[in-house]
Amino acid sequence: MPISRTERKTRRRPRAAGIGSVLVGILLVSGCGPAESDNTLTWYINPDDGGQAAIAERCTQESGGAYSIETSLLPSDAASQREQLARRLAAGDSSLDIMSLDPPFIPELAEPGFLAPVPDDVAERTTENVVEGALAGATWKDELVTVPFWANTQILWYRESVAEAAGLDMTQPVTWDQIIEAAASQEKTLGVQGAQAESMTVWINALIESAGGSIVTDPEATADEIELGLVSEAGTEAARIISTIGEEGLGGPGLATQDENNSMIGFQGDSGSFMVNYPFVWPATNAAVDAGTLDAALIDDIGWAIFPQVTEGEESAPPLGGIDLGVGAESDNPALAYEAIECIVSVENQAEYFITNGNPPSNTEAYEDPRIEETFPMAETIRESLEQSAPRPQTPFYNEVSTGLQQTWAPPASVDPETTPETSSEFITAVLRGEQLL
Amino acid sequence: MTSAIPAKPANPTRNPDREPGVQTRDTPKKKSTKHYSDRVRAERKLGWILAGPAFVVMLLVTAYPILQATYESLFQFRLTAPDEREFIGLGNYAVILTDPVWWSDLWTTVLITVITVAVELVLGFALALVMHKAIKSFRGILRTAILVPYGIITVVSAFAWFYAFDINSGYVNNWFSWLPGIDEDLNWFAQTGTALFVIMASEIWKTTPFISLLLLAGLAQVPDELSEAAKVDGATWWEQMRKVIIPNMKAAIMVAVLFRALDAFRIFDNVFIMTNGAYGTEVLSLLAYRQSISRLEIGLGSAVSVLLFLCVLIICFIAIKLFKVDLAGSQGGK
Repeated sequence: MPISRTERKTRRRPRAAGIGSVLVGILLVSGCGPAESDNTLTWYINPDDGGQAAIAERCTQESGGAYSIETSLLPSDAASQREQLARRLAAGDSSLDIMSLDPPFIPELAEPGFLAPVPDDVAERTTENVVEGALAGATWKDELVTVPFWANTQILWYRESVAEAAGLDMTQPVTWDQIIEAAASQEKTLGVQGAQAESMTVWINALIESAGGSIVTDPEATADEIELGLVSEAGTEAARIISTIGEEGLGGPGLATQDENNSMIGFQGDSGSFMVNYPFVWPATNAAVDAGTLDAALIDDIGWAIFPQVTEGEESAPPLGGIDLGVGAESDNPALAYEAIECIVSVENQAEYFITNGNPPSNTEAYEDPRIEETFPMAETIRESLEQSAPRPQTPFYNEVSTGLQQTWAPPASVDPETTPETSSEFITAVLRGEQLL
Repeated sequence: MTSAIPAKPANPTRNPDREPGVQTRDTPKKKSTKHYSDRVRAERKLGWILAGPAFVVMLLVTAYPILQATYESLFQFRLTAPDEREFIGLGNYAVILTDPVWWSDLWTTVLITVITVAVELVLGFALALVMHKAIKSFRGILRTAILVPYGIITVVSAFAWFYAFDINSGYVNNWFSWLPGIDEDLNWFAQTGTALFVIMASEIWKTTPFISLLLLAGLAQVPDELSEAAKVDGATWWEQMRKVIIPNMKAAIMVAVLFRALDAFRIFDNVFIMTNGAYGTEVLSLLAYRQSISRLEIGLGSAVSVLLFLCVLIICFIAIKLFKVDLAGSQGGK
């Protein structure tokens, strides 16, 4: 484009260069940037605190001109990110060089061949020391189709004063029944996510996996052959826990519309007791204390432990989230994209990203950075939780399964352990067979 | 609503059967084009020349997607499984029409349409009267003030209403806790009734100005002599309203109702932002969105869209044929 060339010429003079770069910046932001040279890679990122953009800049510099990474922002929630990426991929958009992908949606994109294959050597180098759950999330049909970047997990946050008053020994793993009883006896509310949203699926999956079951028993099956594991002891147990919390009002009046952020706000308040939530709670609470909106004593009252067990003595399977990096099959330069990805997921970048943005590394080696322990005293619990965690169903029909669950398991007060797993299972199966709308 | 027409038209020059666009006062009612005078024929030709290009462009940008959607709706086609595309005839329609979800969503949509349009009509008429009667110096400010909600983007107003009623961040529970049924613990978006109330309230707040503007135009067309004559004859305010003003505004009222009904029937933003269809608040547009955009089931989604389009056509048909809405008449035939 002629405009960009003129802009580049002005860089000789410092002042003009300043104005010029601002203009180029504006043009880039507004989408009419200079014609992309061959080594420019576009990285579609999910919104964060600027961490991915910083990594993109660092890797561009480190590459010594081999490539330059530009970031492009995706919508804020995972479902909308998937919608945009899936439509672009299906339309053969060649600008999808690198994509930040939520693991549950990876099979859907890998199955029709929308993702460029991961070169063997890259796969080998980027999976060293990566926690098992994150690796499973990046894989489809036993093949690595994306590169694990960061991994998220929920841990049990608790108010030490409440746990003490209820007489719970938090040095040992606790069960759901124990925290339900403790919250009820102390007349406090539990922080769980009861909204009809993705967070509901996260909760159900963690409960069923913790009870030794699976929502989908054969994830690689086709739509009309898929088998669900909801009608099982594990499914009933999950329904029992959710319905108890719902019916006894232990989730507070806002439970039916409560997401992760709402539960954090409730937990920070007077009625807070126990909460299952992601690590973002820690920096967010600290920031609120620094800003003076929360009492500083709150920080000392917050404790953390591994996700509660469903069956006493059986290790729980905490939720797993995070972001994996994929390359679009139509990308003009997949080899270069994978080279950039290797830089992005380096141990140093993962550690830095955790410290600055609060998103935990998928690589265990990154936890050895001494700064992490300082910023996140619960880093060890997070790492442990990641190793125990179980991904959500890895199926190309994840969206149907998840939306179907949300529509039948929310609000929590309406869940009935006797009927909900079965109704839900029948509904999802009918939707997958194309016999019902979602 | 046809009962509002008085037995003897108050305005003798009104002819409900006249051809739209043929505004010559002395043209008698004619059904066949063969007998048009040269002047009328020239006017019609000019009309086509003026409106033709816009008509063609509209046809291109609306007919093409409609035809494509109709075609796609005959297939089982998932965007992420392009190779499994399969022709299934009217199979998608059968799935939709036998599914209780479609019928409950249709019911929700109709409920929202009927209630919002009815309330808006009453409020809009009151506002139109206020604007019409306001003293000159005050009129400009008043009209601007009334129109402000209409100028706000629906998504923004939806968020504003959502946060006002939200149990965590809202102030409504706090302010209105003196009302029976409202307290600190009321979660507006957790039940169908209360959630629909907020959705409809937001919709009404935002679009009443539109209706009141259309009605104001209708009010301005009622000749002052008529109401003055009625006043001289001793008619009360209510009688003037019922016998003179409203009958003379019928065309404007019907156009306002039709436009708003079509708009309300396609409601999306408010529901999408506030509940995303949770807890029995799903409407037809959201159902179409869920199939085409979320599930990427292009065939099924297109079929929902085509059915939604047919519903809109039926509303138009009912309004134009049964209630005889004269789309050209609101411009005034005087």
